[in-house]
Amino acid sequence: MVDVVEIILTKYNYLIYIALMTIGFYGMIGKSNLIKKLIGMSVFQYSIFLFYISIADIHGGTAPILIEGEKVTYVNPLPHVLILTAIVVAVSTLAVGLSLAVRIYREFGSLDENKILMGLKDE
Amino acid sequence: MKTDVGKVDGKENGTQTRKAIKRGIILRTNAIFMVPFILLWGLYVLTHGSSGPGGGFQAGVVLAAGVILYAVVFGLDRAKRDFPIKVMLLIASIGVSIYAWVGLFALFFGGNYLEYGALPIGHEPAESSELGIEMVEIGIGLTVMAIMLSIFYDFAHGRD
Amino acid sequence: MILAVDILLLAVAILLAVKAIQTKDLIESIILFSGYSFILAVIWFELNSVDVSFTEAAVGAGVSTILLVAVVSLTLRHEEEETKSPIRSYLAILACIVFFAILAVGVPDMPKIGDPNAPHHQHVVPRYIEKSYEETGVENIVTAILANYRGYDTLGEVTVIFTAGISVILLIRRVWE
Repeated sequence: MVDVVEIILTKYNYLIYIALMTIGFYGMIGKSNLIKKLIGMSVFQYSIFLFYISIADIHGGTAPILIEGEKVTYVNPLPHVLILTAIVVAVSTLAVGLSLAVRIYREFGSLDENKILMGLKDE
Repeated sequence: MKTDVGKVDGKENGTQTRKAIKRGIILRTNAIFMVPFILLWGLYVLTHGSSGPGGGFQAGVVLAAGVILYAVVFGLDRAKRDFPIKVMLLIASIGVSIYAWVGLFALFFGGNYLEYGALPIGHEPAESSELGIEMVEIGIGLTVMAIMLSIFYDFAHGRD
Repeated sequence: MILAVDILLLAVAILLAVKAIQTKDLIESIILFSGYSFILAVIWFELNSVDVSFTEAAVGAGVSTILLVAVVSLTLRHEEEETKSPIRSYLAILACIVFFAILAVGVPDMPKIGDPNAPHHQHVVPRYIEKSYEETGVENIVTAILANYRGYDTLGEVTVIFTAGISVILLIRRVWE
């Protein structure tokens, strides 16, 4: 029991990241509006980026831009590179998802998932 | 003092000025000051990506944000006249081509694909690498700005 | 990495995310999402990642918001009335609890926050940090890795953006002017 409390105290931030991921996940599957689903997907993606950037940090480190002369500790630059690519891919995915939502609205006149499914069954 | 805001739509100056005042003269005055600074700062971020935070992606998005501010305040028609859609698509294609062709040039001069050290533009591989990185960042910045603007134009068209 | 500031910012982020998903007015949801994005950019700045924080502030709180607002102006502002049975939302909540539990089981194995001996700081990263100036000539290590050491991935990413722009044109544009 003491172990669990100690884990929660030292690694609480991972639990917060998982909580953010769960909020985004619920937005994706529990809501029936298409735009709300896309917002949930974006919340999920950004929380994953937060997880990556936070494990790159080192105590007493500084930003990974080289400073003349002194010997300082730099934080790990590799997750920064991966997340830079991922952010731009996330916005591209959001743009294509939104354009699909606009097309669906033009066809069916509604953005609610159940009404679209009923409209598909009627055709 | 007459302005030529009304000439775009073919309406009189009177209606257009009245519409501008209704639309918010504070907004227009602020945007007139901010848009050139935002575009200039985007160019700064693009060229100083190697010595500070910044680089191609950040610069592309900042430049696109400046043009989007211009479009939101002054009207989509004016923005489409000053930053036309077809030119944007051409710039996007040029950006990707710059990146791919820099890599091919490295192949022609005997190195691997995208090995900047093999390009003969500097005295030593580190210098060639620095110049190669700057060329590539320009390509990335052009493509990102043009595509963000193109996507914005598509969505902002309004219902028809 | 100041502890109190970290916890405060994360708590605000959770509040914004919960309210953004729960509210029924889409404009309110978009503005809360933009605030969530910006709080995340501030957290990343506090975690010493300046390039990523810059990109997130420009992309997440800038371009993403304007695209969402433009689409809401093309379609509907409010969510429509719920027509699904409550069993569906109970199943969704159950799935979320299972998701949380599965991920929380892996938390005790993760390294401590800020530990310099963690396994992902070894092997290839010290080489990037030491040799990047003499091999590439730029001072920003992130730009050096992005454009030189991992330049092939960045080419793929630019292609992804280009393809997304073309896809949006194909899906939405009605009149070729």
